[in-house]
Amino acid sequence: MTAATLEIPRGRALRTRVSGDDLVKRGLMVVISLYLLVALAAPLYVLLSKSVSTYEFDLTAFELQRSDESATTWSEPKTVATLNEEVGSVITPDQLNTGSDGRLSLTDLYPDFSFRSPVMYRIRGTSDDAAYLVGSELHRGTEWLELDSNTFRRVVIRPSASLGLDNFVAYFSTPALAQSIANSVLMGVISTVLVISIAFGLAYALNRSCMPLKGFFRLVTTIPILVPSLLPGIALVYLFGNQGLLKGLMMGHSIYGPIGIVIGSVFFTLPHALLIISTALSVADQRHYEAAQSLRSSPWRTFWTVTVPGARYGIISAAFVVFTLVITDFGLPKVIGGQYNVLAVDIYKQVIGQQNFEMGAVVAVLLLVPAVAAFFVDSAIRKRQVALLSARSVPYQPKPDRGFDTACFVYCSAVALFILMMIGVCQFAATVKFWPYDLTPSLNNFRFDLMDGGGWGAYYNSIVMALLTAVFGTIIVFVGAYMVEKTDGFAAGRTLFQFLAMLPMAVPGMVLGLSFIFFFNDPANPFNAIYGTMAILVVSTVTHFYTVSHLTALTALNQMDREFEPVAASLKQPFHRLFFRVTVPVSLPAILDISIYLFVNAMTTVSAVVFLYSTQTQLASVAVLNMDDAGDIAPAAAMGMMIFYTNVAARLLHGIVSRLLLKRSQAWRQR
Amino acid sequence: MKHETIPGATSAAVRSRLSAEGTEPVKSPYLQIENVWKTFGDFAALKGISLSIQEGEFVCFLGPSGCGKTTLLRAVAGLDLQTRGTIHQGGKDISVLPPSQRDYGIVFQSYALFPNLTIEKNVAFGLENTRRSKAEIAQRVAELLDLVGLASQARKYPAQLSGGQQQRIALARAIAISPGLLLLDEPLSALDAKVRVHLRHEIKNLQRKLGVTTIMVTHDQEEALAMADRIVVMNHGVIEQVGTPTEVYREPASLFVADFIGETNQFPAKVLSGGKVALTGTELACAPHGCATGTPVTAVIRPVDVIPHRDGTRTPGTSDAVATTDNLIDVDVREMEFLGGFWRTRLASPRFGDGLLVADFSINAVRRLDIAEGSAMSVELPRDRVLVFPERAA
Amino acid sequence: MGNTIMTTYRAAALAAFATALSASAAFAQTELTVYTSIEAVDLDRYKQTFEAANPDIKVNWVRDSTGVMTAKLLAEKDNPQADVVWGVAATSLLLLKSEGMLEPYAPAGVEKLDPKFVDSSTPPSWVGMDAYVAALCYNTIEAEKLGLTPPKSWKDLTKPEYKGHVVMPNPNSSGTGFLDVSAWIQMFGEDDAWAFMDGLHENIAAYTHSGSKPCKMAAAGETVIGVSFEFPGANAKKAGAPIDIIFPEEGSGWEAEATAIIAGTANLEAAQKLVDWSITKEANEMYNVGYAVVAYPGIAKPVEHLPEDIPSKMIENDFEWAANNRKAILAEWQKRYDAKSEPKG
Repeated sequence: MTAATLEIPRGRALRTRVSGDDLVKRGLMVVISLYLLVALAAPLYVLLSKSVSTYEFDLTAFELQRSDESATTWSEPKTVATLNEEVGSVITPDQLNTGSDGRLSLTDLYPDFSFRSPVMYRIRGTSDDAAYLVGSELHRGTEWLELDSNTFRRVVIRPSASLGLDNFVAYFSTPALAQSIANSVLMGVISTVLVISIAFGLAYALNRSCMPLKGFFRLVTTIPILVPSLLPGIALVYLFGNQGLLKGLMMGHSIYGPIGIVIGSVFFTLPHALLIISTALSVADQRHYEAAQSLRSSPWRTFWTVTVPGARYGIISAAFVVFTLVITDFGLPKVIGGQYNVLAVDIYKQVIGQQNFEMGAVVAVLLLVPAVAAFFVDSAIRKRQVALLSARSVPYQPKPDRGFDTACFVYCSAVALFILMMIGVCQFAATVKFWPYDLTPSLNNFRFDLMDGGGWGAYYNSIVMALLTAVFGTIIVFVGAYMVEKTDGFAAGRTLFQFLAMLPMAVPGMVLGLSFIFFFNDPANPFNAIYGTMAILVVSTVTHFYTVSHLTALTALNQMDREFEPVAASLKQPFHRLFFRVTVPVSLPAILDISIYLFVNAMTTVSAVVFLYSTQTQLASVAVLNMDDAGDIAPAAAMGMMIFYTNVAARLLHGIVSRLLLKRSQAWRQR
Repeated sequence: MKHETIPGATSAAVRSRLSAEGTEPVKSPYLQIENVWKTFGDFAALKGISLSIQEGEFVCFLGPSGCGKTTLLRAVAGLDLQTRGTIHQGGKDISVLPPSQRDYGIVFQSYALFPNLTIEKNVAFGLENTRRSKAEIAQRVAELLDLVGLASQARKYPAQLSGGQQQRIALARAIAISPGLLLLDEPLSALDAKVRVHLRHEIKNLQRKLGVTTIMVTHDQEEALAMADRIVVMNHGVIEQVGTPTEVYREPASLFVADFIGETNQFPAKVLSGGKVALTGTELACAPHGCATGTPVTAVIRPVDVIPHRDGTRTPGTSDAVATTDNLIDVDVREMEFLGGFWRTRLASPRFGDGLLVADFSINAVRRLDIAEGSAMSVELPRDRVLVFPERAA
Repeated sequence: MGNTIMTTYRAAALAAFATALSASAAFAQTELTVYTSIEAVDLDRYKQTFEAANPDIKVNWVRDSTGVMTAKLLAEKDNPQADVVWGVAATSLLLLKSEGMLEPYAPAGVEKLDPKFVDSSTPPSWVGMDAYVAALCYNTIEAEKLGLTPPKSWKDLTKPEYKGHVVMPNPNSSGTGFLDVSAWIQMFGEDDAWAFMDGLHENIAAYTHSGSKPCKMAAAGETVIGVSFEFPGANAKKAGAPIDIIFPEEGSGWEAEATAIIAGTANLEAAQKLVDWSITKEANEMYNVGYAVVAYPGIAKPVEHLPEDIPSKMIENDFEWAANNRKAILAEWQKRYDAKSEPKG
């Protein structure tokens, strides 16, 4: 063809002159990108660098001198390193790696050391930074310090900071810590297998049977989302602990440990798995079943050849979600895990118990690995599942079958009973005087002000925090999703933004919280001012739950006609008019869903905020943790129930508000 | 107009454009597209498009999907900026202006009506924010709804209207701001055939009434022929031909245009001297063409141009006075298909080799000439309707 | 270091600004940010008593558990937010001292205090308030059900009859747990102490994260013997728990709660006033409401459910030794017992 001989004129590609509207849009996108950079990328970077910052005793940094017994003549000054060589390395190389609070005594350098001897010692640093303690007195610098033998006994040198993988080496060479990895994975695998089986059964019963009370079962199975993951732990103590109501069922096994972790994990991850698998099962194609029936396939064979493969992406996706939830959850193993160490609790122990931030960062990095892996597998699966969902199919209509429906009903009742029992026992324990010796009804356990954890103030703080998270989070998420979905040009910026928006899903809450400490608690950081305030709690919670909210917003925006923006532009209307008059009202159901999602999660989250709350900003969910920690289990259960009631109330309110708003603003939906 | 910069510009597109311009009255065009390119990586969706549109014209961009017609429309609208080239509207360079600073109204295939706003709010959307009083806006909306015949539906929501009604609301919304240019992107393709035919007329009448310069993108040749003042036929990112509906139908500038618009019989042939071409089994006199003797070509004749004769004699009563009977061919009627308004026949002759000639005969002619499946007859291929194109048939 | 100077300068400038603001608002009232780990119930009482005595100073509490508070203070090493710590474990304060975070100050009347409640340096970096003392909480009802006899000494805890009935705090996450371990090493000597802990480990049902939890678990019958300290035991007994509080005959480890000034505070004068007041007789009487042992000798009145002679059960505790050997002890403990923290059937 002649067209092939045409050649494009040289020169640069044209670019649209930027309008005021575009500037506003880009500005907004930059602002929200910056938010994600500051609230996610930068803290994670600091966390990673923290995990490779090591502390090492630098033996060349100190010089010693020793006098004879008359304390008049002095030996040549020698560095500790030289002295150590001379005495055959009494300080071994593996003693040199330590943590930020490492201390090393020097008396071993003198085999004949005696604290009663009249021999005098002098010590100094070879640089200004070299630090050592006399007792607990800090000394620095190159000035000689003269000490008698008895005082020299109390001298310890402090390590200096450097970079390296020593922390990781130390981690893996500590059996107790390395064991946590195996424990975490084991718990994740067992819980995942159990939850997926149970959730599949539930989803199957809910979608494929004609049993009664489906709505009730749907409602009950969402309950676990409304409580912190600590609560099932507490419930298990009351049910199966040494004074537990059903202790006999344990047959002598202890609920504290893996059994408790698995049962609790099943409880709190069940709604997540059920939602995903239920969605996968609900899109089944009636025609496949008709085909199977016409081929005279047995129900069992149909199940394995049609049902399971049809839901397989849902099952895989749910498995990864559950696995990630279990291994990154901190509240449950903290309460019920006993001596069974898992990674998430290790972070807490390292940071809060031992102030070993570097080791905490190491565990956080390790926890990041499976979460990120799960994230990538899951997102790969999601892409394939979209194709499955978009296929045109005839929805499956279950037919009544007495035996099958009864079996389904019994099964669902058993699961519902389990969930209600867990909640019920907490409610009961919270309202008796002194479990298990005095079971008269009492509201004593609700007198939170007399306990650790922040009292009623913490509860009100939680509500404020959840409201702020819901309001600001929804605004940030929705505007951000709008910019990604509905802006033209600026492709690189949008891709980066989309990546940042998906990232939080792969970052466990504890990791996020820890990285926030490192990042925001640096006085050189201009955002340092928000450290210890409500703002940092809101920021961390919004960030922690960003991805799901973002995807919800994207889905809603995606369903909107792509040509609204061009039409509005052709009508010379600024984008904000379209945004507020059309985009927001049309997306209102999604916006309300995002805000209730953020609210409920802000009420229940522990992991992201446990490192970040301050005395003025204690939270109810953390109070549950701290009260349980202090042994005040009944008040902890009481606070957990307060969170539950608040979330139920919020859900009800959300339902009512949605209905009212929809009636007014979505009249167009009815034909 | 700037001079052509494309080297070796001998394509049908360029030829036809030059000839089209030659016939235009000397008047500066309202919309002037010059050497517009659009590339996506290595792929060029538009290759040096130049086109002028006069004020008040109704122009259709016609072509198969992927030909670049929508890309060109979106470039004019500023929605997908061209990679190279300039666009002037009303003498003003709008090449790199954002959509909001251009002067047009647009209607999409999806209508893009705001679902949460009533019909009147939809139409009023572009009028608000423009220093018009509420009463003025209400009056203008009422006028517009009257114009599209939907005044009674003002308080309804889009979802409560039929597809055709929605399309008319979208049109009313687009013209509410009295744009200088109306862009229609496949506006009728989502509608039923009957509604589509009806709306065709309405849109055309409305456009005439308002006198607004209009560009419509369509892949439906019938729609383009019925509505357009001029049709721009596009293929593979270049303009194949620009012309009035009759021009592009009667005098296609390329085999592609002949093939895309209307039905054709196509025969591989070779150019003979003396205004003739040689088919496999015969020679035909043909319309004038520019191909050198001996070159392989494609001879094209439309089924409607085939004239039926009773066994070697002219049909009585035809006014066509062709002296020569060069192109008179004896045929056997192999198949007949009744298509409502006419009969489609497939005719065999040793002179066509194995191929069949498709010819459309009026019901009258069939009855008068007693044409039936299996009967013998002769047909004439009028010399001026036998078109010759240098390309080989696909 | 330049950085520190800048930080100090900025902090001072900010503080001056803040002071100017508050000075214009209320008349010359200094606000002190006070970090503390004292019990939640005591917060208001301490604040009111102090402010009544010092009307020109306002206390703003920042409260958290000892572990969290220590972590917070250390994390803020380069940018301290507190003016004073009042009611944080002495061992923690020694950690701060070795980071150079404390401002040495000898409060008026420090010589009247029991010397073991005062930092060994001169001037001292911290001064003590009161002590909590290791003790066993023993659930009599559950013990009776199981036919157990009450232990009298630490060493009794290794008896096979207690297998699975002892709970103690994990020294790696609990200050109380560490004070137990460090006391055992100081009392028994290194080798014997580890041998004792090996035996004890066989009987342990769970290592808890907090120091008061073992006692509360004993109170609730979740375990029979909780290795804890005296204060939660007395409280649980008050609430009606069927427990006895046992002080082992070898003696008990203890921890002082103490007060110190954070170096670099912009409100040094007010901070010193607070520390002065914190060691007065009046203040010590205030501490005595909850604590049986206070730093001011001779004034302690007995606390309900606790014996009068607790001070006699307290061992000589070398805080400095404990602080400097903390890391090594914890590492050893973790190596011995945490790795074996497999589920027990």
